[in-house]
Amino acid sequence: MTQTSLLKQDARTARRNRAEARFKAYGLIAIGIGVLMLVILLGTIFSRGAGAFQQTYLTLDVTLDAAKLDKKGKRDIEDIKKVSTFGYAPLLNDAFAQLVDSGAASSDLKPKEMSGLLSKGAEARMRDAVLDDPDLIGQTVSFDFLASGRVDGYLKDRVTRDSIANDKNISVEQLDLVDQLRAAGLLKKKFNLAFITGADSSDARPEAAGMGVSMVGSLFMMLVVLALALPIGVAASIYLEEFAPENWITDIIEVNISNLAAVPSIVFGILGLAVFINYMHLPNSAPLVGGLVLTLMTLPTIIISTRASLKAVPPSIRDAALGVGASKMQSVFHHVLPLAAPGILTGTIIGLAQALGETAPLLLIGMVGFIASNGPESISEGLLNPNSAMPAQIYEWAKRADPAFYERAWGGIIILLVFLIGMNAIAVLLRRRFERRW
Amino acid sequence: MTFNFLGNPLTLTLLVLSVAGVGYFLARRRAMARAGGDARVLHSLPNYYGMTAAMFAAVPALGVMVIWLLAQPMLIQNAVVPLLPAAATETAGTTSLVLSDVNRVAGGLTLAIEQGVLDAPAIAALRDDPSTLRATLAGVGVALGSEVEPYVLAAAETTRGLEARWGLVRGLVVVALGLAGLALAVRAADPAFRARNVVERGMMALLIAAASLAILTTLGIVLSMLFETINFFSLHPWQDFFLGGNWAPNFRGNSELSILPLLWGTLYISIIALMVAVPVGLFAAIYLSEYASPQLRSAAKPLLEILAGIPTIVYGLFALITVGPFLVSVFGAGGLLSAEGLRDGDALMSGATAVITAGLVMGIMLIPFVSSLSDDIINAVPQSLRDGSYGLGATPSETIRNVVLPAALPGIVGAILLAASRAIGETMIVVLGAGAIARISGNPFEAMTTITTRIVSQLTGDTDFASQETLVAFALGLTLFVLTLGLNVVALYIVRKYREQYE
Repeated sequence: MTQTSLLKQDARTARRNRAEARFKAYGLIAIGIGVLMLVILLGTIFSRGAGAFQQTYLTLDVTLDAAKLDKKGKRDIEDIKKVSTFGYAPLLNDAFAQLVDSGAASSDLKPKEMSGLLSKGAEARMRDAVLDDPDLIGQTVSFDFLASGRVDGYLKDRVTRDSIANDKNISVEQLDLVDQLRAAGLLKKKFNLAFITGADSSDARPEAAGMGVSMVGSLFMMLVVLALALPIGVAASIYLEEFAPENWITDIIEVNISNLAAVPSIVFGILGLAVFINYMHLPNSAPLVGGLVLTLMTLPTIIISTRASLKAVPPSIRDAALGVGASKMQSVFHHVLPLAAPGILTGTIIGLAQALGETAPLLLIGMVGFIASNGPESISEGLLNPNSAMPAQIYEWAKRADPAFYERAWGGIIILLVFLIGMNAIAVLLRRRFERRW
Repeated sequence: MTFNFLGNPLTLTLLVLSVAGVGYFLARRRAMARAGGDARVLHSLPNYYGMTAAMFAAVPALGVMVIWLLAQPMLIQNAVVPLLPAAATETAGTTSLVLSDVNRVAGGLTLAIEQGVLDAPAIAALRDDPSTLRATLAGVGVALGSEVEPYVLAAAETTRGLEARWGLVRGLVVVALGLAGLALAVRAADPAFRARNVVERGMMALLIAAASLAILTTLGIVLSMLFETINFFSLHPWQDFFLGGNWAPNFRGNSELSILPLLWGTLYISIIALMVAVPVGLFAAIYLSEYASPQLRSAAKPLLEILAGIPTIVYGLFALITVGPFLVSVFGAGGLLSAEGLRDGDALMSGATAVITAGLVMGIMLIPFVSSLSDDIINAVPQSLRDGSYGLGATPSETIRNVVLPAALPGIVGAILLAASRAIGETMIVVLGAGAIARISGNPFEAMTTITTRIVSQLTGDTDFASQETLVAFALGLTLFVLTLGLNVVALYIVRKYREQYE
């Protein structure tokens, strides 16, 4: 064996060190891929979804012609109601004609084609305003009308002059007009509150779709989950952790719970469809049914975290309670449970956050589709009337053909993520604030 | 009827609960009075006497109500079936079809009466010719698939009559039970009565019942799917389901419903997902547990876990709108890596939804799942093994490859199996990203479909529980359940066994 210097690496050591560096690099690359994916995902969500919070409006002065809206001139609300939204369409055309006359814009388009720039709900909006305040008739009122989805897309660079070649909904001439209106400051983007509070809209009006009603649906589902899963989960955990004898029945229950935690969520949807809707005849698409299904799904999560926090309460607490004459039940309910409460709450919030984002079971119990009802007016309506839920609404938009709905879907995801981040933040704060180390 | 409110389960529950509340105060007062106002004479604290009464009043009454509510639809069905003509009850399929019509009509009538559209004489007038009923019911929001036959209307009326009558009887029985329980417990409120023991036994029963709900859920899952699966196999040959090669549901009949193409799509996507998630997740876990500084670890671990907290619908949308089009721009017509020149102008990828799209995105979703499970397992390997290896002069990477990983291997295999079960049961990513074409092919750039996707498509929209095209979803669901359950049981067994090894 030849003598080699300790200071100089031999070939074999160098190779081993290179292998070492390579191996370390693989690990770093793996972490990098994971974090990169997270960044890409979040970046996509926010860059694509932020647009949904801005919406294009057109400010238009409309003369509410008394001759068209109230022929008898008596300002009788019943007479005014007889004029349907169709009766308001000419007013809109007149307003556009005036706009051209006033020189704010020049276009060869017919007024009817110009009103195609607006969302289909413009007439209804005027009618509602008039019914609210019949004195407006005869005056010239300035309205902020929702622009159509294509115009909105043009301002957000989703629609370009090239991309509309085969589009029946908008023409190049209309886009010319849009440019002029924009230059005149009549057409602009504003914060879109209706997206957060409003209801879903039909396929033809992506510009009017909102998350509000589905948020209410999600809220009612979460109430059901909270009201059922928390007490049942805590009771089950107390039994398993504090009382259950070590026998085969307990074993079966424990195996069952850990298996239920891994059952695909869609299977719970099948259960809900077969048992709650088909057998028990609970109403289709109702948040109550959704809540029941999500309760069954969330229970294992809550049980597992509750058991962990019960286990974290030191036995000395139980012994002390028993020592001063409490029964076993009293020691658990008066001493162990209050001490475990912060941990239980944290676990429950995390379970709720999981349930909030769950979609698949909701598809099977019909909480998807066009549900443009207004919000429920009472608790029982909220539980039993058909409604959607936030993730189901997002899915519904993702399925529609118009790319304008994709923006809505991403925007909906931002709202959903805000809720999830909020819930998880509360859970983390609770844990930091109340966690006790024994 | 003035006692109509008794038929409503919600008001009935509230009524029983208020009876229980009254019982609480009565029993507590009586116990205190019998003790001469001195709580020390009582066997238990005064509240326990009250709780006994509340328990006796509420638990049996509510229990009977729930059982009754569950059993009533079945009993009414048994009463209604003999009323139907023989032609309508030929097979189980047609019977359930007619019965669901009957239930819809019955529900529609109730709604119509509530809204004042119909009244009893108007319904009586419809009996011979119910042809206008369909339009009337559509007006109150109940859509019917076909015209109402006279026998359906008759059965619906019987159903409604029975429901009303039994609802009333149910209400009376439940209230009577509540009052009887209250009377019994209030009478027993006596200083010598061991109220606490009774209450604790009752609470224990509640705790056990809550814990058993897990078993009940599993039973519910298995039974609900099993019965419908049996129905399905009575309509459709099982050979075609398990051994056929084609998935072509056709609502006009002659459907080919084979699980094999779906199973292939599911497995193919899962394998791609695991090929992404396992190396990335495993290397990330190794680095985090063996090399990373505490700062890096405390930053990177939560970041990776955010990926696990993102709802699957988000990944689905990501696959459909971002990853799919990106892959098409790379592998599709005119793309960078498209094999256009090689294969007569055929682009590798034609649509955004494909096996590779869903697989890649699912892989991203599974990275944190694999990494946090493997992290736990690698951390469970005793330090002494590493120290021994270092003592022999091995580098850290040699130690990991030759000592730590072999020791952790069973646990890691368990973790991969758990991830596989997740991948197989995942729904939203494949619904949005994988496409809807059932085929068995090796090309990952083609659209394929999976078990979960088909369950969603067969069960959404109008579901008719008598057709094999709907029922097949239950057979698919049961297969999925058995598949994932099997993987989980094996994985949990391996993980548990491995943990014991070092404890």
